Amino acid sequence: MNAPATTVVTGSSSRSILAAGIFAAMVGAAIVFATGFVQADTLHDAAHDVRHATGFPCH
Amino acid sequence: MFSRILTSAVLAGAAAGLIAALLQLVFVQPVLLHAELYESGELVHFGAESVVSAQQELGGINPVRDGLSIVFTMLIYTGYALVLVPLMALAQSRGAALTARRGLIWGIAGFVAVQFAPGFSLAPEVPGVAAADVGLRQVWWIATVLAAGGALWLIAFGQGLVAWAAAAVLLLAPHLVGAPEPAVFTGPVPTELGAHFAARAYGVGMAAWAILGALAAYLWARESAEIRASQPA
Repeated sequence: MNAPATTVVTGSSSRSILAAGIFAAMVGAAIVFATGFVQADTLHDAAHDVRHATGFPCH
Repeated sequence: MFSRILTSAVLAGAAAGLIAALLQLVFVQPVLLHAELYESGELVHFGAESVVSAQQELGGINPVRDGLSIVFTMLIYTGYALVLVPLMALAQSRGAALTARRGLIWGIAGFVAVQFAPGFSLAPEVPGVAAADVGLRQVWWIATVLAAGGALWLIAFGQGLVAWAAAAVLLLAPHLVGAPEPAVFTGPVPTELGAHFAARAYGVGMAAWAILGALAAYLWARESAEIRASQPA
């Protein structure tokens, strides 16, 4: 399934995808953390219903 | 390259998040508002002898509150997509084919990792439930999501019994260790509402994640085809 012959993107572009991908994932995780986890009152109140409905620990 | 990932992820995340938010407003929010009547003490029930009607006036749409919910749901799903698309790109670079149909499976796997796995021990919380310290629950939640995500990756792309055994360990361990639990139960909300809330939260989450996976796979497959086309042969 992971045979190198089927690799679709090779060489330097593969590395640039990796770097961009890691950066994107970090940005994504930061967004989820800010909306789902930060306990600052304003943020908590604004995101309250979403946190409950999306299954995050809220209070 | 980052802008290409960003384009796919933001489009897929915003669309799936908008659908999730609308489904939540129709199906989850009324249960939440009903539970808040008990959380605030406006309604009180006493087990089998309760005389409180199960049908309550819930107030309908609140533009500010529900508008914020829509914005934050779209943000959360965009955050999910920004993690999902790079993982799709990684799998694709190692030979996995990517189509909207396969994206459905990615989405359902995402739902299992991010909502169902932690929810197995920390059920979706209706307002007013008793719960352990929120910081401890957040740490357990993050650890469980990472473990379940790793497990699903091993099941999908790992080879051999060792990978599957490791996946089983990763799936089971957080629940054998146990989620932080409250010392006593103090929830004032009827159990019927709590169960209804959890079921609706899961149903909406699974639908939204399936849509997110299909959209993200479709959009990223298009972007990556353009990248390939722009490369010298």
